[in-house]
Amino acid sequence: MIGGVEMEYRLHSLSDHAIMIELGDNISQETQRGVQEIASLLDQHPFEWMIEYVPAFTTVTIFYNPRKIANLNRTRELPYDYVCHQLNQFLSNLTLEKQTGSRLVEIPVCYGGEYGPDLETVAKINGLTTEEVIHIHSSGGYDVSMIGFAPGFPYISGMSKRIAAPRRKSPRLKIPARSVGIAGKQTGVYPIETPGGWQLIGRTPLDLFRPEEEPPSLLRAGDKIQFKPISYEEYQEWEKDKR
Amino acid sequence: MMTIEKPGLLTSIQDLGRYGFQKYGVIASGVMDPLSHRMANILVGNEENTPTMEITLLGPVITFHETTLISICGGDLNPSIDGKPIRLYRAVLVKKGSVLRFGSCKLGCRAYLAVAGGFSVPSVMGSKSTYLRAKIGGFDGRALKLGDAVFIDSPGKLSEKIITYLLGQLKENSFVESKWSVALDFTPTYKNESMIRVTKGRQFHLFTDESKQKLFTEPFEVTSQSDRMGYRLKGPKLALEKAQEMISEAVDFGTIQVPAEGNPIVLLADRQTTGGYQKIVQIASVDLPLVAQRKPGDHLRFVEITNEEAQQLLLERESRMSQLKNGYLLKFS
Repeated sequence: MIGGVEMEYRLHSLSDHAIMIELGDNISQETQRGVQEIASLLDQHPFEWMIEYVPAFTTVTIFYNPRKIANLNRTRELPYDYVCHQLNQFLSNLTLEKQTGSRLVEIPVCYGGEYGPDLETVAKINGLTTEEVIHIHSSGGYDVSMIGFAPGFPYISGMSKRIAAPRRKSPRLKIPARSVGIAGKQTGVYPIETPGGWQLIGRTPLDLFRPEEEPPSLLRAGDKIQFKPISYEEYQEWEKDKR
Repeated sequence: MMTIEKPGLLTSIQDLGRYGFQKYGVIASGVMDPLSHRMANILVGNEENTPTMEITLLGPVITFHETTLISICGGDLNPSIDGKPIRLYRAVLVKKGSVLRFGSCKLGCRAYLAVAGGFSVPSVMGSKSTYLRAKIGGFDGRALKLGDAVFIDSPGKLSEKIITYLLGQLKENSFVESKWSVALDFTPTYKNESMIRVTKGRQFHLFTDESKQKLFTEPFEVTSQSDRMGYRLKGPKLALEKAQEMISEAVDFGTIQVPAEGNPIVLLADRQTTGGYQKIVQIASVDLPLVAQRKPGDHLRFVEITNEEAQQLLLERESRMSQLKNGYLLKFS
């Protein structure tokens, strides 16, 4: 139930070993909460046949093991039908709690200079000074909608349109890890070195991808983010402390 | 221990994949052709998830510094030991000091080398697969290169029995092949004309009738812009009835998505966890190994089956794999 209304969903097969729960056609707070609720329930009560799940904006996809289901289920029901039955039961019992307090994660960013070579471009495009871009970027409240695209990469919503900027015409072949960028109306942080066309406005000393830790991602869907400007010297201090 | 005298085009350590972390954006990785990988492991008495060496197009040159039980399955890259050809889909005991080479690509494009005990690499997030882009897993998070010394874990009980059996026949030779092999009717032939079975994708209905029809009647070429992440195909352009933005959602091994310019992309082992392009079809799991063995210049033809058929085929394949494994266990129990 969401606010007293039963949660609507549709089930689709993604492949012969994956099923998708779709909660709506549009990104809304309701679909996001639904996705998070399903994800946390699956964490608490994982199905025996589940390999893993992948939450997105409006969907939760469950990867399963058809061989295991064939062994579990003696009725010779098709694995997909078996999974549908189990999920229908699971989802009918689902009640959405009031939004639980989400974590606030502060992300220090050294804006401009060698770490943010496109800061001036972003300022120019929007008729602002670089200081104003930094102020707007770091005073906004952001939500992590989902993690995807790269390990630990957050899809972040909530950036002010006043600092929106199109992607670079020619993408860079290498964007250093931890770069903070803007693409269209989105802002994001690159966890690992990748090619990409985002306008780079700064860099954070925080590692978003932590392969040695559990979970390996600093951020989780549902987190709130606050960017905090730091100086070049402070950035170096952070780097030193990491070592 | 073995040393890499020549690395080949792309030789990396892979197992069946890194699962449980896709929700954090960590890709599954793992072998491109799970069937060949599993067969190679079974033949040397390993667990199916034991890491193998995935060898692509142009194979490496490897010196064995201890007598080692190996098996090569999948693409036929003309392997030989000390100049003598060895057969695929068999257990092969290689004598200490022998050199394994690969020649030109005869069939398929990816060979899987399993060694009894498996390659000794650390497990990262529950898997020994190499995640090349993030530089983690496998051998130092990278493809193998000249001079690498690759260590091997101690063989299990079943492997020991096979080794003892073959050791008696080794004599003065560089290697000895087992008389038994994977049944001929169960070894893939990688004929380029064989059809690839697919099910309708989530957004299949959004494509034009012409696109849907051409997908099932025309061949698509695997272009040179193809790697472990995905194959870019060239063929008739596929178009949506009307252009529309899609909300990013999960994708899978074998998902075929179509970006706006109309050339389909087959997502493979190193695919991203989520994607924002419309998915036109999904390759049936049983035919993924066939796709993984196609190389640039080869063609793919698609035929539609239902999801129910795809699952039936998958279960049949799995029961055939169990037979292979159990038959082997029986032989040496």
